[in-house]
Amino acid sequence: MSKKDVDQHSGTETTGHEWDGIRELNTPLPRWWLGIFYATIVWAVGYWVVMPAWPLVNGYTHGVLNHSQRADVAKAVEMLKASRRASEARLSKAGLTTIQNDPDLLQFAMAEGKAAFGDNCAPCHGSGGQGHKGYPNLNDDVWLWGGTLGDIQHTITVGVRSVSPDTRQSQMPAFGRDGILKDAQIGDVTEFVLSLSGRSADAKAIARGKKVFADNCVACHGERGLGNRAFGAPNLADRDWLYGGTREDIRSQIELGRGGVMPTWGGRLSPETIKALAVYVHSLGGGE
Amino acid sequence: MQGPKLRVSDVNAPQFLVSGKPVPMPSLMAAEGVARSDAQATNSAAARRFYKSRVPIYPKLVHGTFRKVKWAAMAVLLAIYYLVPWIRWDRGPGAAGQAVLVDLAHERFYFFFIEIWPQEVYYVTGLLILAAIGLFLATALFGRIWCGYACPQTVWTDLFIYVEDLIEGDRSARIRSSKEPRTATKIAKRASKHAVWLLIALATGGAWIFYFADAPTLARSLVTGESSPIIYAFIGLFTFTTYSLAGLMREQVCIYMCPWPRIQAAMTDAEALSVTYRTDRGEPRGPHKKGQSWESRGSCIDCNQCVAACPMGIDIRDGLQLECINCALCIDACDEVLLKIGQPKGLIGYDTDLNLQRRAKGEKARFRFVRPRTIVYAALLLAVGAVMLVSLSTRATVGLDAIRDRNPNFVVLADGSVRNGYMIKVLNRGAEPRTFLISIEGPKISAVRIIGLDDAKLPARIAVEADKVRTLRVLITVAGHDLHTGSQEIEFTVADPKIGERHETASVFVSGEPRS
Repeated sequence: MSKKDVDQHSGTETTGHEWDGIRELNTPLPRWWLGIFYATIVWAVGYWVVMPAWPLVNGYTHGVLNHSQRADVAKAVEMLKASRRASEARLSKAGLTTIQNDPDLLQFAMAEGKAAFGDNCAPCHGSGGQGHKGYPNLNDDVWLWGGTLGDIQHTITVGVRSVSPDTRQSQMPAFGRDGILKDAQIGDVTEFVLSLSGRSADAKAIARGKKVFADNCVACHGERGLGNRAFGAPNLADRDWLYGGTREDIRSQIELGRGGVMPTWGGRLSPETIKALAVYVHSLGGGE
Repeated sequence: MQGPKLRVSDVNAPQFLVSGKPVPMPSLMAAEGVARSDAQATNSAAARRFYKSRVPIYPKLVHGTFRKVKWAAMAVLLAIYYLVPWIRWDRGPGAAGQAVLVDLAHERFYFFFIEIWPQEVYYVTGLLILAAIGLFLATALFGRIWCGYACPQTVWTDLFIYVEDLIEGDRSARIRSSKEPRTATKIAKRASKHAVWLLIALATGGAWIFYFADAPTLARSLVTGESSPIIYAFIGLFTFTTYSLAGLMREQVCIYMCPWPRIQAAMTDAEALSVTYRTDRGEPRGPHKKGQSWESRGSCIDCNQCVAACPMGIDIRDGLQLECINCALCIDACDEVLLKIGQPKGLIGYDTDLNLQRRAKGEKARFRFVRPRTIVYAALLLAVGAVMLVSLSTRATVGLDAIRDRNPNFVVLADGSVRNGYMIKVLNRGAEPRTFLISIEGPKISAVRIIGLDDAKLPARIAVEADKVRTLRVLITVAGHDLHTGSQEIEFTVADPKIGERHETASVFVSGEPRS
């Protein structure tokens, strides 16, 4: 050991190195710091014994307590399910109207419905069910496939234009794209459709359009354009338009015949969740 | 400056050492019958450094008027702290039965006859304003009376120092033991002191939690070990803070952590009372020899007893300083000495800066408690107190909030009419269940629906349980031809027909654009 080099000003030992005449003090670490440092080492050794710690080739050391966060989560989830089991069972048995008239059951269904709506429905229908162009607004009183609790439950279960054999099915032909109608005819029928909600004044075009409508549209939309829920055909005489209500919007819909897809939720969601969703959607304000 | 040094161990058997050899000493006695203490004002302004290790302070236990007042204050304050949660208060069946309770789980704060809901937290703000102005007023009148007598830091530190005195002995014994090597006796004494401190700290932390839950119930579950781990954690936390703040950090808290010494500089003036060394009486100071005349010298015999008694480690003779908490223990220490040397009491006493100057000029001392400053503080105190009292005694026991749906903002129905949704919260602050009437004014409503209520005719009858909030969803539809603007005001009113109490809340009905 070389002789200790002590700084004469501070009386503290130096590291012994020198850089351009500058020497570094070798100030010892504070005792409290060292104490904590050694305590953490002791703690770590104890931790290796008690808790899972070291990775091995095929696994890891489990520790005396055999602790597992995965097991904790599984247990917590199981406890949550258990706490809901009684209400879930009642929900399973109860009819939809019974749910709506029982305050406790309604509260449970609304809570579950709201969560399920946020997880599954909000991406298309919006977090408040407000919809968007092409995605129906669930708050209003317009329903393509019916707005009773049962109708809503069925639509959610089978979906629209989806994979279920029972799925709600309707197809508006693409009159323009597929060449079924000529451009002028589409213009005329657009004027007629506008006139159903009192928004066109071109009497001649309306008269021509009425003929085209009678030949091509009445089968689904009805003679006065009031729609038909059996086919999911929308009412053309009201103020609500899934793909927009301007002249251009209506014209483009006749040309392209767009129709969205709603997934078949039966099988993906439990029947109880679908019930809860139906009750929730019904309560948004438009339920019949 | 290497002057003659006193060895601490020699305090009781005085010996003067120069370079380790005993020499005849000039005077270890400050006066006949009064030993001169070697106490040093470790925290005086002259000893201030940027970075300074704590120099332990060993305050000497004194006896006298102010010590008695402090014991009494301590007893009263500790009694309030420990007993208040156990006062019962009957609020009827099912309601909290504790007089003072912060019920976080049920979102209520009870204070005797007052019950505060979370949305009324401004009453707490008012209380804090009252406390602040009260502190200002007290400071303008009596200086740092809060610091000296009522501050929890002072009360618990005082208690902890007393325990230290009881177990380890008086000031000189404690100093002697600090210099001695570790012996079994010393370790035993130290350990039992810390044990008692921890017990007091545990009792402090253990009492705090009773303000947050029903005390008798909590006490039972606490003893049987059935309380939630959070409660034990909080006890542990407050035990730790009490132990470290009152036992280990003591005066450091007041000097370095507390903002009040700085704030009080703005609160006091030359006429505020503070513990003062009366220089006009004391100076010039110096040891007094037996038989020496008291003419042409001060009453201060430089015995340093005021320094030895100081828990803050300062010398009061340096004048007003931020470290001084005005605990007045130096007054007792000095008075005791003055009695021995046959001088009148009060060399140190409650006095004002102005009086020091007046006496220096030969004028009479005067105490003015009615000053513009104190009048303004007192007036503010009265005004805020009156406002709080009036608003507390006239506040409605019914409330209503209406929160309009923002998602969607509004819904256009098939016939062109527009519907808005509102979440209304009807508050019943009364002690009985009540039925309220809800009415809505503003737009010409074509249809109203209240989810969860069968008949939705206005005014709607809403039953609300005692001390509860009932939340309802209200859907209001206005026909398109009645919508002349994109947004119009709407007012919800809740009324208790029995006692005629009512509360209104305003919101808007939105339709995006005029539709008529």
